[in-house]
Amino acid sequence: MPTVKSLDDLKKLREQALEKRRVKTASGQAQVIVGMGTCGIAAGARDTMKAILDTIENDNLNDVVVTQTGCIGMCEVEPIVEVVIGDQSKVTYGKVNPDTAVRIMKEHVVGGNVVADHVIPV
Amino acid sequence: MRELSLHLLDIAENSVAAGALNIIIRVHEDLAADRMFLSVRDDGKGMDAETAARIVDPFVTSRTTRKVGLGLPLLKEAAEFCNGSLRIDSTPGKGTLVEVAFQHSHIDRMPLGDLASTFITLLVSSPEIHWIFEYQVNLECFALDDAPIKQELVGIPLTDPLVLGYLREMINQGVARTQPILT
Repeated sequence: MPTVKSLDDLKKLREQALEKRRVKTASGQAQVIVGMGTCGIAAGARDTMKAILDTIENDNLNDVVVTQTGCIGMCEVEPIVEVVIGDQSKVTYGKVNPDTAVRIMKEHVVGGNVVADHVIPV
Repeated sequence: MRELSLHLLDIAENSVAAGALNIIIRVHEDLAADRMFLSVRDDGKGMDAETAARIVDPFVTSRTTRKVGLGLPLLKEAAEFCNGSLRIDSTPGKGTLVEVAFQHSHIDRMPLGDLASTFITLLVSSPEIHWIFEYQVNLECFALDDAPIKQELVGIPLTDPLVLGYLREMINQGVARTQPILT
């Protein structure tokens, strides 16, 4: 069984993270917003969120901010994920299951190409 | 929602929406007493007694985007069906406590589900809030107060890939070590 993570581990990791942030290139920050109202949660938003966080960790994505929002009135297309890159306008995705979330992270957040088949008009 | 952990996420999101700065989530499995307790305590805007009483009624909701909220009423019904209860204690301007109890061994009791994912989702997606998570099974307890972590991380977001890995492992291990072994 692996040892439990301590605050000392975090101290070491902080140095690494700071070093990496110093050398990274400024490509414009991405904001990923997951709908976490009752409707979103019931539709699977937590698994969608988990897929987004796992992609950040596995693909080592810096400069992605993940936040939540409440119900935005389109409960029938939850889970909803919104993506804002730099100063571009917001793109809203509907019915985002974990697989689609990974696609959005790889194709849109990293690649800059909107995943057209899941965009919902707002 | 078929997991108690999803209901906890739902209740905690209400606390976030209520403008809370501090939120404490507790899960206590007392196998000797055959009880399971869940609670979410916040210092958000609270509500008066009348609203607190009505909020578990399916035809009342504070949302303006849709008329019916079903999170709390369904959880209350599920708890009462399992010889348990759901109680809301709220004071306007002070905060809200939601407490739920179940008979632990009741055949219809929802499973706790993925508590670690609920914790990490809340921690990462509402970083401005001070979170305290406690998961106790009999005398075994995993407690996480995010204040020392955030203090250590000044300037680095919780969504940094290295930090995410740390949080995920720490929370997964803490919950797994505490979880009763299924027989």
